[in-house]
Amino acid sequence: MPETPIFDEDRARLIIAEHLGLEGPMLPILHALNEELGYVDDKAVPLIAEALNVTRAEVHGVLTFYHDFRRHPHGRHTLKICRAEACQSVGSEAVAKAALAELGVSWHGTTRDGQITVLPVYCLGLCATGPSALLDDCPIGHFDKDKLADAIEEVTAG
Amino acid sequence: MTKVYVPRDVVALALGADRIAKKIAQLAAARGADVTIVRNGSRGMFFLEPLIEVETGSGRIGYGPVSPADVTSLFDAGFLTGGAHPLRIGKPEEHPFLAKQNRLTFSRIGITDPVSIADYEAHDGWKGLKKAIEIGPAAIIQEVTQSGLRGRGGAGFPTGIKWKTVSDCVDDRKYVVCNCDEGDSGTFADRMVLEDDPFMLIEGMAICAVAIGATKGYVYCRSEYPHGARAFNEALTHARAAGWLGKNIKGSNHSFDIELRMGAGAYVCGEETSLLESLEGKRGLVRAKPPLPAHKGLFQKPTVVNNVLSFAAAPYILAEGGAAYAAFGMGRSRGTMPLQIAGNVKFGGLFETAFGLTLGEIVEEIGGGTRSGRPVRAVQCGGPLGAYFPRELFDTPFDYEAFAAKDGLIGHGGLVIFDDTVDMADMARFAMEFCKIESCGKCTPCRIGSTRGQETIEKIMRGENVSANLIVIEDLCQTMKFGSLCALGGFAPYPVLSALRHFPEDFRPQTAAAAE
Repeated sequence: MPETPIFDEDRARLIIAEHLGLEGPMLPILHALNEELGYVDDKAVPLIAEALNVTRAEVHGVLTFYHDFRRHPHGRHTLKICRAEACQSVGSEAVAKAALAELGVSWHGTTRDGQITVLPVYCLGLCATGPSALLDDCPIGHFDKDKLADAIEEVTAG
Repeated sequence: MTKVYVPRDVVALALGADRIAKKIAQLAAARGADVTIVRNGSRGMFFLEPLIEVETGSGRIGYGPVSPADVTSLFDAGFLTGGAHPLRIGKPEEHPFLAKQNRLTFSRIGITDPVSIADYEAHDGWKGLKKAIEIGPAAIIQEVTQSGLRGRGGAGFPTGIKWKTVSDCVDDRKYVVCNCDEGDSGTFADRMVLEDDPFMLIEGMAICAVAIGATKGYVYCRSEYPHGARAFNEALTHARAAGWLGKNIKGSNHSFDIELRMGAGAYVCGEETSLLESLEGKRGLVRAKPPLPAHKGLFQKPTVVNNVLSFAAAPYILAEGGAAYAAFGMGRSRGTMPLQIAGNVKFGGLFETAFGLTLGEIVEEIGGGTRSGRPVRAVQCGGPLGAYFPRELFDTPFDYEAFAAKDGLIGHGGLVIFDDTVDMADMARFAMEFCKIESCGKCTPCRIGSTRGQETIEKIMRGENVSANLIVIEDLCQTMKFGSLCALGGFAPYPVLSALRHFPEDFRPQTAAAAE
């Protein structure tokens, strides 16, 4: 399982401060926290609210509206499997089901060793070479069981 | 020195292009061949990706689809001088899939190194912007109006009128916002612009900025496109360094800069007002219109919000004139549309062509039917909110009005092909489920309607009160269509109703039909 996270408040304040010069800095801040700290801790909410002079409720509202922002730590790697129509037309649902079974998780779940979190995604723009998946930043076309095994080997080795 | 082109488009990457590039470099070194590898964009023939090309005395020769395992045999066959090999396709531009297109917007794609500003300039880059600066706002808007360009995001609103409206507004700040939240399944043209010809988008937005008097532009890119975002940011840096962005563009009195912002996985942010809310740092809730974004857009300032493809069409229109663009197309659909042929298709990819081909020609002749080899049963046109077309409607010409007349939409130009194994009741159910997942929640017809819609279709699929539930679903669709604030709830009924109308047999399970 992922280790219990320790919230790095100083780092969070620094990240927030870096973005204050932007117009509409809320999403860039949340993205930066998400990427650099791995997720957006609830403890970051009042810090953002104070820096942007908005209510905590507003920050909470934005944080929970978007699918990308994680409120808890995820696995070391993220596997996104496309579930949109173009991939469905070439049997993606069956491939996804097999991949989930192989990894022993359900959608949004993380493998027991904390390595991989599996998320559904609705279109990666790889619509004529489906089924498609994205493991971290590595796109995978004609996604199937073998490709999954290769990709996992590649990222976990690196 | 021999130039070898290995695409960096994410489709090629997904099929092993990086490993191929690495292997070519290794083998070239081992065999003492002087090779320079150029990472070009994709030509848009995804069925041939990774399509590698070699520059020879008689032009570029393509080989595809190449897998890393083919690289040794390519060297053995003398591919560096265009040698014969089973994967050799000859000159890519003479391939029927490319030869039949009218590449006005996508003229450079696959040919150039996307992030090389010198390459861009050598292939007619910046011509449109130079002309725009020379002729000034009123003449730019006249050219765009004359071109007949309509918003390529899906709504089809005349671009010239939109630019004129913002140009006529008086305010201390105006914005150019590019909608690159290309969430529709079966579409990838925006992604290709971003990854494979990002300077074209910069040029198009700068032309708009000169026309309306804006100094700041935003590209709102979906987070599912990390490769496109990186390429675009790199292009921004080069464009700034070369003086095509920033203060006093190329010595003119126009100043303009662009910033890329990432979305965060909300499909509804492709709706323009929701996108503006998101850029402002709020929940992506749809705004009621009026006021139009043209009057009160980003931060309540006059704003042009256009799709990537609308901006991308502008450089050609300015360079060659609005009349040259309008010479393509049919009826009120002028110019070209980059069709995105996707799903279960044999020859999938980007096909830019004048409006007017029939759906059947696109699917059967250009797309070559299904990849599975089974008969085509349905084609979803225009993304997850677009209608499903049966074979009986294959004579419909690809045109905004002709599609609307058949209760469909061309949307962003995506076509997803399904073979005869598709369960259309399940696709209708998915349309409602997708709407439920992605609804912003502001209006009731969309938020509750999609939930109830999914439940009701599931009941039909289980054979519960089929006749009564079919009436409920029809009624619910009408409510969503006319009662929703934006196109998400308003258009989700299109796939559902079209599936019901054209494929009724899938909604009457044998057992249920017998029981009633």
